[in-house]
This record gives sequence, C-alpha cells and structure tokens, in this order.
Amino acid sequence: MEIIKTENLTFDYIRRDEDGNVEGITTAVDDVSLKVKPGEFIAILGHNGSGKSTLAKHINAILFPTEGTVFVDGMNTRDDEKIWEIRSTAGMVFQNPDNQIIGQVVEEDVGFGPENMGVPTKEIWERVEESLKAVGMYEFRKKSPNRLSGGQKQRVSIAGVLAMHPKCIVLDEPTAMLDPIGRREVIRAVTALNDVEKITVILITHNMDETIGANRIIVMDKGKIAMEGTPREIFSRVEELKALRLDVPQVTNCAHELRKRGLKIPEGILTDKELVEALKHVNFG
Amino acid sequence: MLRDITLGQYYPADSVIHRLDPRVKLFGTLVYLVTLFLTDNFIGYLLALLFLAVTVTVSKVPVSFILRGLKAVMVLLLFSVVLNLFMTKGEVVFSIWKISVTKEGIYIAAFMAIRILFLIMGSSIMTLTTTPNNLTDGLEKGLGFLKIFRVPVHEIAMMMSIALRFIPILMEETDKIMKAQMARGADFESKKLTKKVKALIPLLVPLFVSAFRRANDLATAMEARCYRGGKGRTKMKPLVYKKRDALAYLIIFGYLAAVILIKIYF
Repeated sequence: MEIIKTENLTFDYIRRDEDGNVEGITTAVDDVSLKVKPGEFIAILGHNGSGKSTLAKHINAILFPTEGTVFVDGMNTRDDEKIWEIRSTAGMVFQNPDNQIIGQVVEEDVGFGPENMGVPTKEIWERVEESLKAVGMYEFRKKSPNRLSGGQKQRVSIAGVLAMHPKCIVLDEPTAMLDPIGRREVIRAVTALNDVEKITVILITHNMDETIGANRIIVMDKGKIAMEGTPREIFSRVEELKALRLDVPQVTNCAHELRKRGLKIPEGILTDKELVEALKHVNFG
Repeated sequence: MLRDITLGQYYPADSVIHRLDPRVKLFGTLVYLVTLFLTDNFIGYLLALLFLAVTVTVSKVPVSFILRGLKAVMVLLLFSVVLNLFMTKGEVVFSIWKISVTKEGIYIAAFMAIRILFLIMGSSIMTLTTTPNNLTDGLEKGLGFLKIFRVPVHEIAMMMSIALRFIPILMEETDKIMKAQMARGADFESKKLTKKVKALIPLLVPLFVSAFRRANDLATAMEARCYRGGKGRTKMKPLVYKKRDALAYLIIFGYLAAVILIKIYF
C-alpha cells in the first residue's frame, strides 16, 4: 500500500478584500495525483510559486484540499479524528530553523513532539536520545538552540520530528536559509535516515544538487506535475528543465554542453566521477 | 546596547538551592515577601537578614552579583525613603525651614529601605538560582490548582517559555534592523526626545511585522508536531519532590513561625 496517495488534489488560495469579498482565486495545486511507496526518497522540485510547498502542507494535514483527496497511510486527511495520527505519521520540517524550535534546550525541543502525543516520560528520553544520535546532534543535547549553526538547528528540527516515530518525513525547503556546509549536513542526515531507518522522505527544494540521491524526482510547475522520473531521466532533459527556470547541476550542464558540441557523452550525467569516466571513453581522434 | 539587558538572569552553579524544586523556591520567596511585611521591629528584620544571608551563602551566588541587582531600584528606594522621612507626622527630632524630620519618620523610612532591599535580594536569589525553563515549569505545576477557576495555567506557562526562547532572536533581529536603517540614514543617536521617538517607528514596524510572521510559522510548526494544548500531554522532565525539598519546606515554615512569634512577643 502507498504511504501517501493524492487523488486529483486541487487547492485554491482565495484572496479577499477588506470586506471579505472574493477578489480572486489562485490555484496553487492543480489536479495532482501522486503515489509514494514506503521507504521511497522523493524529491519535489519547482520554482517559486510552483505549488510545491502547498502540496507539502497537505501531506501533514495543515492544509486541506479544495477538491480531491489526500491519503496518508490509508487515512483521509479530511477525517477530523485522524488528524493527530496523520501529523505523527507524516512529520514536517520547515524552512526557517528559528521559527520551529520551541524548546530552550536542544533535548527539550526534541521531546516536544512526544510530550504532545502523551508518550510516557521514560520513553520520551529514549526517543530523544535515539533521534539526536540519528542526526548526529547527541553531544549538543544540553545546548541552547540559539548557539547552534543553521545546519545544526535544522538537524535538531529533524530529530524533533523523528522522535515522534513518523513513517514519513516531509521537508519543506529545509536548506533554503542555510550556507553550503549546512546544506550538506542536512542532506546527508536526511539521506542517512532514508537508507538506515527506511523512513519515507519527501524533500521539497529548488536546488537540484540536493535531489541526486532521490529515488524519484517530481518537477512541478504552475501547480501541475511537469516531469516525473529518476534523477537520471530528469537530468537528461536539460533544455526542458531550463525552460522551467530550474538550475541544472554544474556537471550535468557541462556534460550537456559538451554533448551539444558533438562529444559522444551520454545524457544525464550526475556526478564529477561519471563525467570523468565518460570523457575517458570519448574518442578525440 | 540591547545586549546589556538580561532578563531572567541565571547564575549557573552547583548548589542545594539550585537543585531545589522550583515550586519550593517560589513558595519560599512568597513566604519571605510576606514575612517582610509582617515584621515591624528590628529583631524580626535581623532574623530576615539571617535567613537571607544563609540562603545566599548556601546558593554559592557571589554577593556582588546580588547587590548589582539593587542598582535598578536605587531611585525607587531613595524616593520612598525621602518621602517617608519628611512626610510622617509625629515627634519632631529636628527641622530645617518648613521641613521637619520626625522620630516616626526615621523609623518608617528605615523599615521601608530594609523591606525594599530585602525584597529585591530575596526574589533575585530565586531568579539567579532557577533556569527560566524550570521557573515556568514550577509556575505551571505550582499554580495548577488555578485550573479549577478556569485560569489557563498551561497556556500561560507555554507563552512564557516561548517568549523567553524568542527574546534573543528578536534582540538580534532588532540589531539587524537598526543597522539596516542606519545604513540608510536613520538617526538613533540623537539626544532629542522627539527625534528619539520618531526614530523608533522605522525600527518597531518591521520588528512587529517579522514577529507576527514568526508567530505564525511557529504556530504551524507546533501544530505539525501535534501540539493541542495541555490536555493529554506528558512531561519529559516532570517535577518530582525529593527529600531536600521536604526539608526546605520545613525550614521555610520554621522561619515563618519564628517571624510570627517575634511579632507577638516583642
């Protein structure tokens, strides 16, 4: 069974003027049908305003579809009684690390979710310990979140979600406010969770470099799914991606340009190593 | 300049007072304040001083640290002393021009000064030895009985701890906005009051907008982590009374009894 399934999901933002009259309707997500299998690592790519964040908020039952349905682990997000179960099944990490840390000490923040779920005290401590270890932040457990770097804060946020024992984690542009080192830290932690703990990951980003490790990439544009496939399939369509205003990773772009100039290199090169290998086999004669 | 403000300042040390349950410390502080107003003779204040001195010594907080907190109330202290000294009617000790100082006035002014000094020192011992987090926990549990009167105790405690968490973040943001506005020619250094007030507008407006945005984000993040108020919530660090807390309660009650006895017999 799918862990997440959306059927013809449509969401309209209704803009109102001061008197509450409808000024206009913006369709943020337009007829999206999506299936995610347990253990998958999905990356959702898209430019600003492509509807990717709106889609993410539906998975955590923060927003509800205008039309269509969303199922999380078989539960309909419209079911009021299931809402807390849905939120603990599909945890969510947001963009700004400062605005999602509640505790004044790292370990207390990680314990916030389990506390809300009514987990017994002893088990909270166990969960906090294992979650902090999973993201490599255990030695910082007694620190104030204000003293951490952006990447570290974001890893604490991930641990906070992990402590709720979710089956799926949705990350809504978790690296957008981080420096390159912080980005790498976060992506490495997320990848490890998917590999080791087999947690389903849905990573929302506009940075293509972060999607290379995904099983499947979904490219969104104007609320619709524009492209879907493995990273290699997606990155082979460089011109299309550029048309969607997405930055193709440097290596992929370089390989693409070389190919355009007549070198016999396969499309969809993802890493430096692959490019080097491909170039070795090129016959320059 | 904004970094000088220390709210809920905490002096980290390893002492019995630090390890006491926050509820005990809250109760002790309350009792101490009450006894300061019950007492009306010097023997009583001597006892209050003794109690304070012992607590400070045990808490391992340097005396200079506690005295520093008194600076803030110096004006208030002087004001009330002067007022009481000259305004109390009674047996005149000496008089200059139309102002006369009375025997009763001297007494009341002295008591007032002692009360204010002890009051500030007594309560700063509590904030200096208790982390803000612990303090809100203590308030939440210690005032839990107010729930019967529909006082949202948990919500208030949660708001307090969130406020404490965001103070440094908003401070930093204020600093950033100030620098950004200064770079565009805003004048925060002016001595003139009207100019000072005017300079606050370009500072406060963006700060408020950003604070509301943060609040909105935080509320969403809290809901996403299943926060639904105090009901059905468990605690990661529940407050549990230990032996030393019972002993502390005994000492506090003993002190209260002694103060009452002194008031009756002296």
